[in-house]
This record gives sequence, structure tokens and C-alpha cells, in this order.
Amino acid sequence: MTAPDSGPTATKRTRLVRLLVNGATHDVAVAEHHTLLEVLRYQLQLTGTKQGCDKGDCGACTVLVADADNRRAPVLSCLTLAVDVEGKEITTIEGLATKGKLDPVQDAFDRCGALQCGFCQSGMMLSARALLDENPRPTLPQIQQALSGNLCRCTGYTKILEATLLAATRPAAAGEQPPKEPA
Amino acid sequence: MSDGESTLKAPYFPHGSTIVDAALRRQEGDHGVGARGRKIDGAEKALGRTRFADDYAFPGMLCCKLKRSTRPHARIVRVDVEPALAIPGVHAVITGRELPTKFGIIPWTQDETALAVDKVRYVGEPVAAVAAIDEETANAAVRALRVEYQDLTPVLDVDTAKRTGDAPESKVNEHAKQGNVTKRVELSFGPVDDNIEACRKDGAVVEDSFFYCGTTHAPIEPHCAIGLVEGGPGAQGLLTVISSTQVPHYLHRDLAHVLGLPEAQVRVIQPPVGGAFGGKSEPFTLEFVVAKLAMMTGRPVKCLYTREEVFLAHRGRHPMRMRFTTAADRQGQLKAVKSVIDLDGGAYASFGMITAYYAGQILTGPVAMESYAFDATRYYTNKPACGPKRGHGSVQPRFAFECHLDMLAEQLGMDPIELRRRNFAGENVTLVNGQRLGSSGLLQCLDAVERASRWRERRGKLGANASERGTKRRGLGVASSMYISGTNYPIYPNEMPQSGVQVKLDRSGRVTMFSGASDIGQGSDTVLMTIACEELGVRPEHVRVVSSDTDLTPVDLGAYSSRVTLMMGHAALEACRRLREQVQEAVARAWQCEPDDVLLGHGKVWARHDTQQSISSAEAFKLAEARFGTLGATGGYRTHPRGGDYRGGTIGASPAYSSTAHVAEVEVDTETGKIDVVKVWVAHDCGTAINPVLVEGQIEGSTYMGAAEVFLENMLYGADAVGVPAASAARRGGMLVGPSLLDYRIPTTLDTPAIFASVIERPDGNGPYGAKEAGEGPLHSTIPAVVNAVYDAVGVRYFELPLSPARVLAGLRQQRDGAQPTTHKAAE
Repeated sequence: MTAPDSGPTATKRTRLVRLLVNGATHDVAVAEHHTLLEVLRYQLQLTGTKQGCDKGDCGACTVLVADADNRRAPVLSCLTLAVDVEGKEITTIEGLATKGKLDPVQDAFDRCGALQCGFCQSGMMLSARALLDENPRPTLPQIQQALSGNLCRCTGYTKILEATLLAATRPAAAGEQPPKEPA
Repeated sequence: MSDGESTLKAPYFPHGSTIVDAALRRQEGDHGVGARGRKIDGAEKALGRTRFADDYAFPGMLCCKLKRSTRPHARIVRVDVEPALAIPGVHAVITGRELPTKFGIIPWTQDETALAVDKVRYVGEPVAAVAAIDEETANAAVRALRVEYQDLTPVLDVDTAKRTGDAPESKVNEHAKQGNVTKRVELSFGPVDDNIEACRKDGAVVEDSFFYCGTTHAPIEPHCAIGLVEGGPGAQGLLTVISSTQVPHYLHRDLAHVLGLPEAQVRVIQPPVGGAFGGKSEPFTLEFVVAKLAMMTGRPVKCLYTREEVFLAHRGRHPMRMRFTTAADRQGQLKAVKSVIDLDGGAYASFGMITAYYAGQILTGPVAMESYAFDATRYYTNKPACGPKRGHGSVQPRFAFECHLDMLAEQLGMDPIELRRRNFAGENVTLVNGQRLGSSGLLQCLDAVERASRWRERRGKLGANASERGTKRRGLGVASSMYISGTNYPIYPNEMPQSGVQVKLDRSGRVTMFSGASDIGQGSDTVLMTIACEELGVRPEHVRVVSSDTDLTPVDLGAYSSRVTLMMGHAALEACRRLREQVQEAVARAWQCEPDDVLLGHGKVWARHDTQQSISSAEAFKLAEARFGTLGATGGYRTHPRGGDYRGGTIGASPAYSSTAHVAEVEVDTETGKIDVVKVWVAHDCGTAINPVLVEGQIEGSTYMGAAEVFLENMLYGADAVGVPAASAARRGGMLVGPSLLDYRIPTTLDTPAIFASVIERPDGNGPYGAKEAGEGPLHSTIPAVVNAVYDAVGVRYFELPLSPARVLAGLRQQRDGAQPTTHKAAE
């Protein structure tokens, strides 16, 4: 049964928000109840960020958000309202490679066969990047801890851990912020 | 068309006419067979550019949401769609009445509809679908829909299903000819009962009931489908469905069937899939409703399942209750195995008819028995339907059987690895049920895990330094298994190829492979690329793969039953070899030499006797195009008949079987009951590894998934759930408990054992280059290996999964109370 016509939907409360994503500035009218994930995927067409569960359980939607000291931390974009990250530097998977060069994390994931279906890997690689920014020479248990919020169903994690260890041996790509010394 | 038979007469020599030394292939940079090359889509995936189904958007696209049943078993008295249609922005609402045609993946059990018609059979079954301008409006419309039910008797477990199936009030699915039975399979090979009796007198017999809980696939990508109509309104247009499916061809057929369209008017596009594991291997509600809604509204319609809906779509592993009797003579020769198995199937048949067969038919090797019988019955119940999950139907009985082998070894005073070696079926043999086992690397696999785990020094001795570990005890366990590399017969009977590949090359030097095979992350596109590199000598960057679009690619039956590498591989090989011969002939003519003296490799074409003489692949293809015209070739594969000569004897018959062995090391905390799977050594015989990195990935992923089924995963419904009050609605209602990745826990990096995978290559004459499967086999023996390791650690046999802390503690308590027979371990 089809409806006679398609009238406008119930009005949403929207707000104009300035989002800084991968070095670009976007002024977007976002619905106040929309998550960063929804705005990235469906308004900015940055579909590299994935939705796996939409409730913070799987980590596929992980992006990096910089704090006041410009330290990038992994954030679940499905649990973050878009209006709450106004003005903060956001890095999605599309912003990880710079100047046409894969980030060492991306290259290592490809090299080690850590990418099977690849669906969880945007979030996984960003979590790995955040770890290496903080701790350029992590131990295996530190890597396991840092990636424990990102579920992967294909790999059994073995090659993901290998890839992160391999990436730790390579300097970040040109244009990356220099890795901080471990605390 | 190839049937793989030629390989028996003249085994493929993988590097036959290429110039590359085999040793060089193992280095990065080369992409022939055996190279540890990168995936064809690796960089795209690393960049986050791969477009999965939900990454597609079209102008004017509507959002589809489903109204789902709140009752486990009820008649639908009335669905009031008017309040939903009255909401501005709602374009259409459909109920089961609009899509009444039954379908089902198995042609003999077409027992489901896209939306429930007249009655619902589980909590969460789709009843109606809406298409609206956006997600908020669609959700509002779903809430506004009113469904009136008249409750029927819910049948929530196998015992109730057995008891009540003949009363109309408690018949779950009218398709069942008798009671609530989907399918019963009863097969017997050899004098089982006589052998058991003989072993009782002189030998060892073990007899136990096992229970394997239900588990689900939980791919990280939720199911998603988009319906589009182009070129004409409604039913006159070309219908395209973009879907995260593993089986675009079966979806194509069923869409045409259910929507009443000619197959030629339907196109299915399967983008890269974000994990599937069997959970996307048949058509689902969303694919039919987006198609129907797109035809009705004239606009593209997308449906993306929520995580909860992914759990409800299910089709995961069947809970099985299994009574096993296993008998060996005094020398440890396995004389008889007998099982009676009940499968809890859920509301629809799905692949269940096959599951009932697989519960018996895939157990007869590589450890073989002299006589064998099984009696498996699948029942309908008022829960989401079970289906094929990685290791379809055979994982559960494998758990029971391999635990029994451990028990027999103990009773006979034998090492369990030795017992398996002694009963190895051998190679190129016919198994007791008539299946033909070609190559099997079981012995090599057992050797590998025995060595790597230091089995001989460590088994049974890890408890010795118990004082250092406090309440924790460690142990080692072993198990082995085999699995099919595709099935001999397609799901629907036909004489056409099971896989087809088309290859185009042209003067640019580019090779394009068109294949209907589904890359679900396992890397089938990379296998195609590898075969093109191997056969045509081109560089990997000059190969393009176009896959799984029913308008553009030849038919392949889909990514299930571990069939793709073997079947698609043969098809690709056949097509590429035809083209290679043309290239060789054209170049030989130019060089005035024999075609056999023209070699293809490393992006060039070379003269065999003078490696200084070479031209680029593109130059060679120009010569071939000039000589033969437009260059293209097709290849196809179809199995030749095999299997036992009896009804059902072809089910479980495969062109080739893989073999696996696992050793697991576990730590059991006797205070908390928590099990930690510390390490798993696994060796898997995949025949020839076309790309060893991909094979390792499949072994590691399978092992991880198997380990999780031992101690974490469990599909729980109200009636089974701990902590749900007896009188609560959820307990009565058969509602899935915690359909989320928080409550249904899949392992994180911290829960996953350290996995040490070895690839064992025992090429099979029936596989392309000798290749067999790797995607499902290495799951099976993980589970019994872990359970046997728990026994080695604490001396308690567990017969039910999952080994939750509560269950582990209960077993330890029984052991203390002397309820279990004292064993050598318990005596320590």
C-alpha cells in the first residue's frame, strides 16, 4: 500500500556546526540527536568510518579526536553527538594516509594480511595509530590492551597484532605529527 | 568445461611454463601461486575506500524499517497499516500478504516468506515493512503499525517439539510432514552393533550424551540491501538489488521467484562483504522488501539491519544434543561409532535438511572407523532459524567424537595422538560411508602440532608445578578433523557449471577477470588475480577483477561450503590456459619457435632458450590480438559424480577434503571456574596454498572462532537464561537474551589465544594446482582440543558447551563429591 503523497517529515531540531575533519572545515546543519558517525557517513560522505553495532560495543566506528594539547585519542563516533565535537580536529580513516602515502599502520596491515573483510579495520587502524602516537614502541600486551575495544571477527587478531608491531618499527608518514616520547 | 578429472591424469605442474624459480615465488613482489603476496584489494581496504553495501547512496533513496513480532507463536489476526501511512514522509507499507510466495534456499524445503503471512513463528520475525523519507520517520511508522495476535502454543525446545508437533496449536511450521520434524536422516554402514558388543568384551566402549549450544556468526558488517528500479516503472523496469550476500546467484533466483519477475529482469550486485561466515548465505527479508518497496514507490530503498536484527536473522549453529557410542578394540583400532542426534532448528528449514546430513556424513575421516551409524533429526522450534555457520553441521559431532577418542585413548592406555595415527584412513581411499578421500595430510598435521607444542614432554605434566600457579591448572589437549572443499552437487539440480570465469585481455597488457564468486573477506578476488599472474605472467597491478554482479559476471554458486578456491580456481585456470596458449602461439610464430618454448612471467614473455630475448606482456598480447582477433576466454567447473551409492550418499561428498590437527593449552582457575585458552597450535592441510598469507588468516580466524565457542558464545533464549525470573514474560516468550555484542560476547584481543598456525601442503589431484579448502576446516578440532585440554588440566570431563565458569565449577564440585569416576588426573 502506498501513501498518497510524500509530505515533509517531522521537524528535526538542527544546528549549524563547524566540523574539522581531516584538515578540512565543514559547516554542516546537523540534527541535534545525530551522532558523529551519522554525520560523517551520511552528510559528509566519509563512508570509511563504519557502523557495526551503533551502541559502542564493536569499535568499528572509531575515529580520532584531538584534545586541547593536540593529542589524538580514539573516540566511538556512534556514541558521540556531532554537536559535541564542534571545533575539534577529527581524523577519520580517509585522513590517515597523507600526501598519497599510506600511513605505516595502513601499509603494515596490508603487508601482514591483517585485512580480511576490512570492515572493522578503519577503527582498528585508527586505534593502532593512536597507540603508536602515544607509545611508539609498544609491547605486545600494550597493543592487545589498546586494541581490545575493536572487535574483529575474521582474523583472530594474530595478523593485526603482527601488523601493529611492524608499524611500530617504521616512522610515521611525512606530514604526520611526530610521535611523542613514551611517558 | 573442466571437471577436475584431467588433473588426475596429468597433475598440474604449477610452474610449468613460467620462468620463475619456485623459491623466488615465496618472496614479496611476486604474485604467482605460493607467493606471500598482498591482497588485490588490500590497499583499498587499508585506505577505508572499499564500498560496502551501506556505503552506497542514491538520489531520492528511502529508508526501510521492519515491524517485528512480539510473540513466539501466534496467528496474525489483523495488521492495521493506516496509522503508519498517515504519517507525513511515509511512502509505503507492506505486509506478508504482498509477498506471499514461499521460498527457501533448499528447493525441497521452501517454507518461509519474506514477511510473516497469517502467523508468526518467533519473537522478532518480520511482520511488515515501511519505506519512509528518513530513518526517524520510518521508525515512527513502525511504531504506529498495529498488529493484533492470537497466541498459539510456543514450542521452545526439542523435547516440546517432539511431544506436541501433531496438534495444530503447536505445529511450528506447516511444511513439516510429520510433527515438528524438518528432516530425519538415518544411515548405517557395517555391523555397528556387533562391533560394539565385541569391543565391550575385548576392548573399550564409551557412551555419553553431549550438548553443543547454539552460536551465531556475528559479522561486524550488519546485513544491508538496496533496491533500485531502472528503465521503466514498477514491474516493467530492471530491478537491481545491491546486497551484502554470500550467494548473489541464489538471491537472484529467489528475487525473481518471489517478486514474480523473469530472471532476466533482475540484477544482483554484491559489493565486498564485511564478514559473513555463513550468516549471509541465503536470501533474507530485507532483500525482498527493498525490492518490493522500490517497485511500488519508484524510488531506491535501503534497509540496514540493526545489530539486534542481525542476531534475529541468525541462521547460526544448531544446538545439538548428541548421544555417541564409540568403540575400539584392545589394539586401539576404531571398530564402531554410533550417534543419535537431535537438532534444534528454529522456525524455518534454512539449510537444515543438509545440516541433518552433515551432522553424520562428514565424521568418517581422516580418523576412520570400521562401521558407522547415525540417526539425526532436525526439529522446528519457535526461535530464529538455525543454518550454516562456518563448519556447517559437522562441528558439533566432531566435538563429541574427538572427546570420545581422548577417553578411549585413556582407557586403552594410549597416547591420544598415537590413537589418531593408528586410525588414519590413509589417502585415496573410500571411507566407510562411501565418500572418496583423496589427499590427507593428517599425519603431517599431527606431527606438526605434536612437535610445536612439545606434547610428549608437557602433556599430563603441566599440573605438576601446581603450587606456582595457585588455584590455576594447565593442560594440553589434541583433536583432528576434516572438511569438504565444496559439495559435489549444486543446491538445485542442474547440469550447468558450478562456477564460471570469463577472462579478457587486450593490447593494453591488462587482464580482466569476470567471476560470479563472492569475496567476503576470504580473498577470492586475490585468488583470481594470483591465477592470472601464474598463468599469463602479468604483474599483479595489471590484473583487474570484476566479481559478483549478475549482469556482468558468469554464474558462481556463492561463498559457502568452502567451495570457492577449488571450483572458481578450476574455472579461472581453464580460461587463462586457453588465452596463454593463444599468446604462446602468436609469439612463437613471430619468433619462429615452438609455442612450448615461449614462457610467460614477471610481466614479460621470454624465450626458453635465450632469456635475453623477451617482450613485455602488452607486446605479446598485441601479437595475439593481431593473430586471433579480440581476446577472451571462458572457463567453467563442474564436479564429476562421486560419493556413496545410496540415498543421501552424495551429501557430504566433495572433490577434496582438508585435514586439520589442533593442540590447545588451557589454564583453568579452579576457584572462579574461568577458562583461559592460552595457546593453540594448529596445522592445516589445504593442499597447495595459493596464497599462504590468506591461508594462515583463515586458519587463525577459524581457530579463534572455535575457541570462542568453547568458553564464551551461546545463543540464549528466555527459557534458558540464568537470572531471568521463571514467571517473567521473557522466560515464557522465547525471546533472545541480549542480542548485542555486549551480551553475546565475541572475543577481543585480550580473550583470544596465541595462535600458531602451520600450513601443511598435501596437494590433491582434484584441486586447481592441488589446492583444497582452508576457510572452515580449521574451526572444527579447536573445540574438542580445548575441552580435552581442560580434562588434562583438572581431570574433569565436560560434555556440554559452553564451558561457562558456573558449569566448570559445577564439574569441579562433582569431582570433589566423587560423582565422576576418579581418574589418574584427579588422583594427582
